[in-house]
Amino acid sequence: MKKEISRRDLLKASGALVVCFSAASFPDSSAVAQEPFDTHPSHIDPEKLDSWLAVASDGTVTAYTGKCDFGQGMYTMQTQLVAEELCVSIAKVRLIQCDTSVTPDQGTTSGSQSTPTNFNTRNLAQAAATAREALAERAAQRLGVPADELTIENGVVSAKNGRHVSYGELIGGRHFDIPVSSTAERRLPSEWKVLGKSVPSMDRVGLMTGTFEFIHNVHVPGMVHGRIVRPPEIGATVANVDEKSVQHVPGLVKVVVRNNFVGVVAEKQWQAGQAAEDLKVTWKPGGELPVQKGFYDYLLKQPSREAMLVNSGDVDNKLKTSARVLKATYLHPYQAHGSIGSSCAVADVQADHATVWSATQSVYPTQHGLAALTRLPLDSVRVVFVRGPGCYGLNAADTVSYDAVLLSQAAHRPVRVQLTRQDEFVSENYGSACVIEQQAGLDASGTIAVWDCVTWSASLGGRPGYEKPGNVITGMLAGFAPEAPAPRRAAAPSGELRNGNNAVPSYVMGCVNGKCGGAGSIRSERVLTRTVRSPFLTGPLRSPLRLQNTFAHECFMDEISAYAKADPVAYRLQHLRETRLIDVVRAAARAATWDARPSPTNGTARGGTASGRGIACVAYEGDNGYAALVAELDVDQASGQVHAKRFVVAHDCGPISNPEGLRNQIEGGVLQGMSRALGEEITWDQHKVTSIDWQTYKTLPLGIRVPLIECVLIDRPAAKATGAGETAITLSVAAIGNAIFDATGARLREMPFTPDRVKAALSSRE
Amino acid sequence: MAAISLKVNGHDYRVDVDPETPLLYVLSDDLQLRGPKFGCGLAQCGACTVIMQGQAVRSCVMPISAVEEIEVTTLEGLGTPEKPHAIQQAFIDEDAAQCGFCLSGVILTSKALLDENPKASDEQIRDALSNVLCRCFAHTRMLRAIKAYQRNRA
Repeated sequence: MKKEISRRDLLKASGALVVCFSAASFPDSSAVAQEPFDTHPSHIDPEKLDSWLAVASDGTVTAYTGKCDFGQGMYTMQTQLVAEELCVSIAKVRLIQCDTSVTPDQGTTSGSQSTPTNFNTRNLAQAAATAREALAERAAQRLGVPADELTIENGVVSAKNGRHVSYGELIGGRHFDIPVSSTAERRLPSEWKVLGKSVPSMDRVGLMTGTFEFIHNVHVPGMVHGRIVRPPEIGATVANVDEKSVQHVPGLVKVVVRNNFVGVVAEKQWQAGQAAEDLKVTWKPGGELPVQKGFYDYLLKQPSREAMLVNSGDVDNKLKTSARVLKATYLHPYQAHGSIGSSCAVADVQADHATVWSATQSVYPTQHGLAALTRLPLDSVRVVFVRGPGCYGLNAADTVSYDAVLLSQAAHRPVRVQLTRQDEFVSENYGSACVIEQQAGLDASGTIAVWDCVTWSASLGGRPGYEKPGNVITGMLAGFAPEAPAPRRAAAPSGELRNGNNAVPSYVMGCVNGKCGGAGSIRSERVLTRTVRSPFLTGPLRSPLRLQNTFAHECFMDEISAYAKADPVAYRLQHLRETRLIDVVRAAARAATWDARPSPTNGTARGGTASGRGIACVAYEGDNGYAALVAELDVDQASGQVHAKRFVVAHDCGPISNPEGLRNQIEGGVLQGMSRALGEEITWDQHKVTSIDWQTYKTLPLGIRVPLIECVLIDRPAAKATGAGETAITLSVAAIGNAIFDATGARLREMPFTPDRVKAALSSRE
Repeated sequence: MAAISLKVNGHDYRVDVDPETPLLYVLSDDLQLRGPKFGCGLAQCGACTVIMQGQAVRSCVMPISAVEEIEVTTLEGLGTPEKPHAIQQAFIDEDAAQCGFCLSGVILTSKALLDENPKASDEQIRDALSNVLCRCFAHTRMLRAIKAYQRNRA
C-alpha cells in the first residue's frame, strides 16, 4: 500500500551502488551549453557507464533510462535493447525510468526522439554495447582466451574449451568504472535475437488485471487530497477568497492562495471536491476573447514572429509567369490532448526537501520548475515518474504536478491532486490553431514549377523546460510569465534546412545555402512561418504542427493533381526525389491496389452514399520516419457523415525494434488522427473555453465501425532508427480529406470535417 | 459521515465516509484498488467501470450509500495476474491496449454485455461500447479481443 521509492531500496534491489551523487552543487544551467537532446548536465554523468547500467551478482541487469513509457511501448523496447546488446534474456533486465535521483537527464520524452536518442550510437544503446564488450574483455582475462573467441549466451561467457563465467561472477554488484565507449560495436540487426522481434508489451498482464500502478494509484502515508479552483474565465484574477465559505466542509485542511492560484486541501477526495465547489472566490474579469467565428481572420491580423525556412528568390516572378496559379487556405483548430484520465500528481513537500510523483514527460525540467515554485534548492527536489494515462504531448501532467507541490507546501502534508475533467480541459496546453496559405504555379505541361507557403500558428507558453514554469497554467497563475512569440521580421534562411515542423512541403528541393535537404524536386520555393500570440496556452500535441502542416500540404497537392487531371499517386511521385518517401508511397499504393486515375471519381450522384480513396505521405520532421497512408471511405451525402472503411499504411522507421508494437502505434495513430480529423475542436465564448467534457469535445468512442487497418512495414536494418509514434497520425487528416474529395468532388479545407462542414462543402460544389 | 458496509471482489469492508461519496473514491482511496480509475467523474468515459449485479456501472457517479449490500466486482476482481479471467486473457493475447487506463470500461462493459447476451451481434457490441472511450485508439486490438472472448465462451 505504501508508495515509497527509496533510493537505497532501489539500489539494494539492483545489486550495485551505481549512482554517483555529486557532492558539488549544481552548475548554473544558463552557463552550460545544452546537450543535443535539450538536456542540462545532471548529477548523473551520462558519460559514465555506471550511470546507465548495473549488473547484480545474480546476473540481473538494471538499466536506467531518461525516456519513459506512456503506453507507446518504450519500456518494452528499451528492455529489448538492453537485453539484445548484453546478450541476456528480457527476464534478466529491469528498467528504471525517469527519476531525478537515479536516471540520467535525457530531457523530455517527446517528439519521436526516444528511439533516435537511445537506439542508435549514443546513450542507452551505446552503454549496453560498452558493457558487453567490457564484460567480454574481463571474461577473456579470466578464462585466458582472446575475447573474440568467446561466445555469450544469456549472460554467460563461454570459451571453446567449455570453460565459462557469468556476468554476475565478473562484475556482480561492482562498478564498471569506465566511460561509455563511442566505439563499442552495436550488435548487427542480422544477429538480433531479442530486438526486431514482436515482444508483447511487458505491462500487459498488470494492465488487463487491474494491478498495474498508475500515478492515480500512488498512496503516500499521511496523504490528503487537493482540488484546484481555476479562474472561471481566461485571464481572470483573484480579487478575494472567502475562506469562511468552506469552514463547514468536514475534513478541510487548508485553503491555499498564491497570486491567482487557488486550491483546497481536505482529508478525503470527496471533501476536497466539495470545498472546491463551495469556495467563494471573487474574480476580476479577464477581458474578452477573440470571437471564435472569425478567429482565423483575427490570427492573420496579429503581429507575428517570422521565420523564412526556404526562399529560392524567384518565387514572385515564377508565379507571374506560370501557366496557372492555384491558391488555397487551410484551417486547423485548437485541439486537446484529452487524456482519458484527468491528470493527477502526488507531492510531499517538507521544509527542506520535496518528493513528487508525476506522470510528466520531463522529470528534470519539472524538477527545475518545482524548485522555482517551492524556492527549494534544486538538488533537494526529487521527481519520480509514475505512468499516467496516454498524454500525447503536454497534457496537464506537468501543471498538476505544480498544483500538488503548491498545495503540499502550504498544507505541510503530502497531497494528491486529482483534476476534474473540466479542470483538465481548461488546464492543458492545446495543440495550436493554424492558418496555412498555399499557392503553386504550374507550367504548361501541368508540372508544379513553384510552391509558396505561409503558415500561421498561435502560440503561448508550451513546455516549461528548465526555466519557464509560467508556460503551464499553474506556473502562470502563481506569478510566472508564459513565453510568448516576440514579433520579428524574417531574416534570410541560414544554416541548413530545418524542417522539424514539416512546414516545408515534401515536394520542394528545400535548398538553403546551396544545400538541398528537401524531399522533392520543385526548385522555386518559399516557406514563411508566422507565429502569433495565442489567447490560450498552447503546447505540443502529438505531431505538433507537423500534422497541421501536412494536412495543408497533402490536401493542396491533391488539389493541384486534380486540377492537372493527374492520378494523385503518380503526380506525387513525379515531384518527389527522396527514395524512402517514394518507396512508402509506392508500397501503400500497391498494398491498397490503388485505382490509378484522377480525382474526383467519375459519376458520383449528388446524393446517397459516395465512395472514394485518398492518399497522403510525409517525411516526418524531414528525416525522422517515412509513411504513406491510403484512406478508403464512404460519405453519406445526406447527413454529411464520413465512414472510413479501410486504411493502408506503409511505414519506414529504419530498423524495426518491435514489429507488433509498431503496428499498435500505427493503428492507434491512424484512428486518433481520424478522430482529430472528424470531430475534435476546442470551442469558446466571449470569456471562456466551452469544450469542457466529452459531450462538448467530440472524440470517437470505442463503439464505432472500426475501419480495417493494414500495415506494410518496411524494415531498413542498415539505416538509423527513427521515431515511429507520430508518423501515421500525421497523415490521417489529409488522407481523409482527399478521399472525401475523391468521393464527392467537395474539398474540405477547415478541420474538423464535421457533418455540417461536409454538407456545406457538398452544397457549394459547382 | 456514516459507517457503510460493502462487499468488493468477495471481501467485506466497512468504511466511515460521507454517504454521498462516489463509490470510485472509496474503491481507489480507501480500499486502494487500482482497477477502477478517475477518467471524467461524469460517467462519460468508462474508466471507473465496475460490475454490480451483472451490470457495468460507472462508479464515479454512484453514491456509496446506494451500493451497500451489493457485490461489487472491479477489474482486479475478475482474475489475477497468475490466473486471469478469460476476457482478460483475450486482451493479454491480443496485447489490446496502449496506455491501458481505459481498460476497466472496455473489459467490464464487454463482459457484462456478453454474459447477458453471449450471441450479441457486432451492432450490439458497438452499441454497448458507444460511450466507452479509449483515447490511444487501440480499437482494432480491443475489438479483436472482445470477439475472441465471445467465440471462446460460446
